[in-house]
Amino acid sequence: MPTSDPPLNAPRSRADLFWSFTTLALQGFGGVVAVVQRELVEKKRWLSREQFLEDWAVAQIMPGPNVVNLSMMIGGRHFGVAGALAALAGMLAVPTVLVLALAALFATVADAEVAQRALRGMGAVAAGLVLATGIKLVGALRANVMGLPVCAAAAIAAFVAVALLRVPLGWVLAVVGGGCCLWAWRCLGRASPAPGDAHPANPS
Amino acid sequence: MTISLAPADWLDLLAHFLSLSLLAVGGAISTAPDMHRYLVDARHWLSEGQFTSSIALAQAAPGPNVLFVALMGWNVGLNAGGGPAGGWPAYGLALLGVAITLAGMLLPSCVLTYAATRWAHKNRELRAVRAFKAGMSPIVVALLIATGWLLTGAHDQPARDWRLWALTAMATVLVWRTRLHLLWIIGAGAMLGALGWV
Repeated sequence: MPTSDPPLNAPRSRADLFWSFTTLALQGFGGVVAVVQRELVEKKRWLSREQFLEDWAVAQIMPGPNVVNLSMMIGGRHFGVAGALAALAGMLAVPTVLVLALAALFATVADAEVAQRALRGMGAVAAGLVLATGIKLVGALRANVMGLPVCAAAAIAAFVAVALLRVPLGWVLAVVGGGCCLWAWRCLGRASPAPGDAHPANPS
Repeated sequence: MTISLAPADWLDLLAHFLSLSLLAVGGAISTAPDMHRYLVDARHWLSEGQFTSSIALAQAAPGPNVLFVALMGWNVGLNAGGGPAGGWPAYGLALLGVAITLAGMLLPSCVLTYAATRWAHKNRELRAVRAFKAGMSPIVVALLIATGWLLTGAHDQPARDWRLWALTAMATVLVWRTRLHLLWIIGAGAMLGALGWV
């Protein structure tokens, strides 16, 4: 895993935002988060891994679709409301047309067994994409102010609650997430304030 | 399936999706059970099959999963126009349905998210904002891995499903360790499925 990171880039224009998010959305089968991580963090370098993790946390907490929230946050950060709208439109416009076309098409082959089996195969791969994205982000926790052991304990507790015990998400966020926020608040007070620690030259 | 919708019904549809928007914490899919209650059980605007296939198709298609909401609007409109047999007027109503459900689902949450995240970004050096982001990071990682786990867990018969699990594991390693384009991996999954190998 790369540790010394080259400097970050920024979107050049609203059109750049629109087309970047259109391309992203069109690659996202079964959810877009894996593609977002790969394209925005690894290829375009608009965000560092740590920034992505933080922004993704906020996008998840807010109501509304996660990737849509994330696209608006990034667009808004660089070009204000117009940027947010450009990113949002990129995320939705072409994919909506495509999904409607697919629905019309699928109505004609819905019963074919081949179509059902192909869907199963794609589903299995989609699960792998999400898993890998989670695994890759584990490395970003090393920079976390709470320290790796606390992060690992919190992550395992959240995983057990959501995946094994099927606790409703709201409870997990409130109890485990809320507890972590309080602990992080304490840690930030103890560590002498180093603003911008995880935000090298955050463009505004 | 054919239904008839008065203007007041369209407004009611819009109002319902507007009210669901701010409840969609953790993604639009978390409000799907309530949509089912409203569209299928209470109003009889969608058939059971239309509801399920809207979700399955949106997940299989490229793009954000929230587009299942657009497909539900599409089907409601199409039903109101007398189904595909209704011709262009029916497709016009279908598009109206898409506009209403998608706008209803996205407008409130987008406005709120935009305002809140702008505030948080302006105040990103505040201790509370930094604590929130640092505290939530491990939970986010856990939720991603849990999602992958739950998607795999839908197939729970080792004798039959071990090949699907192997495919998931292979995809995980490929995405994690290589820069292979994601579309190749998904295409391979679809191909293996279509050939009946998984």
